[in-house]
Amino acid sequence: MDWQHSLLLVAPEELLSLGGLLLLLAAGWGGDKIARAASIAACIALAAAMALVAPALAEGASGPATSAFFGQFRADAFASFTKLLIYGSAIAALAVAPQFFDRYKVMRAEYPVLILFAALGTGIMVSASDFMTLYIGLEMNSLASYVLAAFLRRDERSAEAGLKYFVLGALASGILLFGVSLTYGFTGSTGFAGVNIALAAGGPMATGAVFGVVFVLAGIAFKIAAVPFHMWTPDVYEGSPTPVTLFFATAPKVGAMAMLMRVALEAFGAQPGVWQQIVIFAALASIVIGALGAIGQTNIKRLLAYSSINNVGFILIGLAVATQQGASAMLTYLAIYVAMTIASFVAVLMLTDANGEPVEQLVDIAGLSRTRPWLAAALAAVMFSLAGIPPLFGFWGKFVVFQAAVAAGFIPLAAIGIAASVIGAFYYLKVVKVMYFDEPADKVTGASDLPHKLLLLVTSLFISPLGYLATIWLGALSDSAAAALFHAA
Amino acid sequence: MIGIEHYVVVSSLLFVLGVLGIFLNRKNVIVILMAIELILLAVNINLVAFSAALGDLTGQVFAMFVLTVAAGEAAVGLAILVTYFRDRGTIAVDDINRMKG
Repeated sequence: MDWQHSLLLVAPEELLSLGGLLLLLAAGWGGDKIARAASIAACIALAAAMALVAPALAEGASGPATSAFFGQFRADAFASFTKLLIYGSAIAALAVAPQFFDRYKVMRAEYPVLILFAALGTGIMVSASDFMTLYIGLEMNSLASYVLAAFLRRDERSAEAGLKYFVLGALASGILLFGVSLTYGFTGSTGFAGVNIALAAGGPMATGAVFGVVFVLAGIAFKIAAVPFHMWTPDVYEGSPTPVTLFFATAPKVGAMAMLMRVALEAFGAQPGVWQQIVIFAALASIVIGALGAIGQTNIKRLLAYSSINNVGFILIGLAVATQQGASAMLTYLAIYVAMTIASFVAVLMLTDANGEPVEQLVDIAGLSRTRPWLAAALAAVMFSLAGIPPLFGFWGKFVVFQAAVAAGFIPLAAIGIAASVIGAFYYLKVVKVMYFDEPADKVTGASDLPHKLLLLVTSLFISPLGYLATIWLGALSDSAAAALFHAA
Repeated sequence: MIGIEHYVVVSSLLFVLGVLGIFLNRKNVIVILMAIELILLAVNINLVAFSAALGDLTGQVFAMFVLTVAAGEAAVGLAILVTYFRDRGTIAVDDINRMKG
C-alpha cells in the first residue's frame, strides 16, 4: 500500500490528466488552428489509456491489491471494463466532431480538452471507493459537460441546454452530497468499505442513514436520467451539439451507472432491502415513461433521449436483483447499449441536407431507404436493436438482464419489463416505417466524412447478428468484472 | 447545550430552502445559483458538525473539497449564464423555453 504502488494503479488517470493539461497549454498557445491536431492527440491519449486499463480486465484483477491511496481509489476489473467503454465513447465523440463543428466554424481546440477531462472524471467516478473520490470524479465530469452542452455559443438551443444541464446537474450533486453527509454522520466513514461494515453491524438502519441512502440514490438517478429525475434529458439531448449528445448518452451514463452499482452493491450492499424498492420503482417507471414519452416526438434526438431513458430502466432491472449475475448482465447490456447509442447518433450526424445543415425532424427522413439505402439500413438495424428484436444484438442485452431477474426470483419484475418493451417497440418501428414506406422527402443529400462511415460500419456490425459471435467473450469479461465488484472487500 | 441534532436541523432547513428556491423561483437564474450555494452550505454544516461529533477529521477534509468545487461550479454556471444572456438578452426563468420541457 505504498505510494509507488498507488501511483502505478492510477497510471491511466495520470496519463489523461497530464495529456489534458498539455493540450490545454497547446490550445492556449496555438488557438483554433491546432484544433484537429489536438483532437488526434486526445484520441491517442485515450487509446493509450485504454491500453493501460485493459490488462486489469484481462487478469480479472480484484481484492486489496487493486486499492490505491488508502482505500480512496480502486483499479479492478470492474473499473477497467467500464473505463474501456468510457474512453471508447470519448474517442467516438472526438472522431465525429470536426465535420459537425466546421459547418458552424467553431471547431475549437477546447473541445478535445473538455472531452478529455470529462472522460477522465468519468473514469475516476467508476474507480471511486470512497465518497470523496466519487464526488471529485463526478464534478470533474459534470463541469466539463456543462460547458460542452453550451459549446455552440451562438445557438440559442445549445446555450439553453447548457443552462438547464447546469442547474439540474448542480441540484443533483447537491442532493447526492447531502446524502453523503448523512451517510457519513450515521456510519462514521466516507469509504465504501467502512460504510458497508457499519451498516452490516447494527440490525435495522437508523432513520438518518436511510435518508442518506435515499438522497445518494436520488442524486445518482439524476445523472443516469432515471425516472423520476429524467426531465432534463430530452432538452439537453436536443439542444446540445450532436457529437456532444453522443458523448452524454454514452460515457457519463456508463460512468454514473457503474458508480451506482459500486455504491449500491459495495457501500450499501449490507442492506439491499433499503434500496431495492427504490431501484425497482425507478426501473419500471423509466421503462414505461421512456416508452410512452417517445411516442409523440418529432425530433430524432429527443426520440433517442427517451429511448435512452427506456434503456436505463432495463439496465436498472439488473441492479434491482442485487446479485452477481445481475451485475454481470448490466455490464453486458451497457457494452451493447454503448455500441447501439454510438451507431444511432453517428447515423443522426450523417443526416445532413445539401448545405450540410443537420436534419433532425422525423418527417424529413421519409423515404430515406430510396435515396440512401445503406444509411437507412443501418438506422433500421439500430432501431430494431434498441427495441430488442432478435436476431439483432440489442436483444441479447435484454435477454441476460431478464434471465438474471428470473434466476433471482423477480418474475413479476421481468414480466412487466417484457410487457413494457413491447410498447417501446412501437416508436422504434415508426422510425423504420417512415424511412421505408413514406413518400421520399429528399432532404438528406449531404455527404459524410470517413470517420462517420467507419464508426457506423463497426458499431452496426457489432449490433448485427454477427455480434452474437462475441457473446461468450463479452459474457466472460462481464462475469470477471462483476466478480471483482463482489469480492472487493 | 447545543448538540448534533441542532446542527442537523439547521442544515436540513437550509437544504430544503435551497431545493425550494430552485423549484419555486420564477424570477431569474441568479437566484437559482444562490439556492445551489445554499444547498452546498447545508452539506458543509452537516459534514463539519458530524466531523466534530464523531471526533474524525474526514468530514472537515471533505468540506474543504466541497468548498473548492463549489467555487468552480459557480464560475462555470455564471459563464454559461453570460453566454445565454448575450444570445437572448434575458435571464428570467420563464423565458428559458426554446425547447418544450
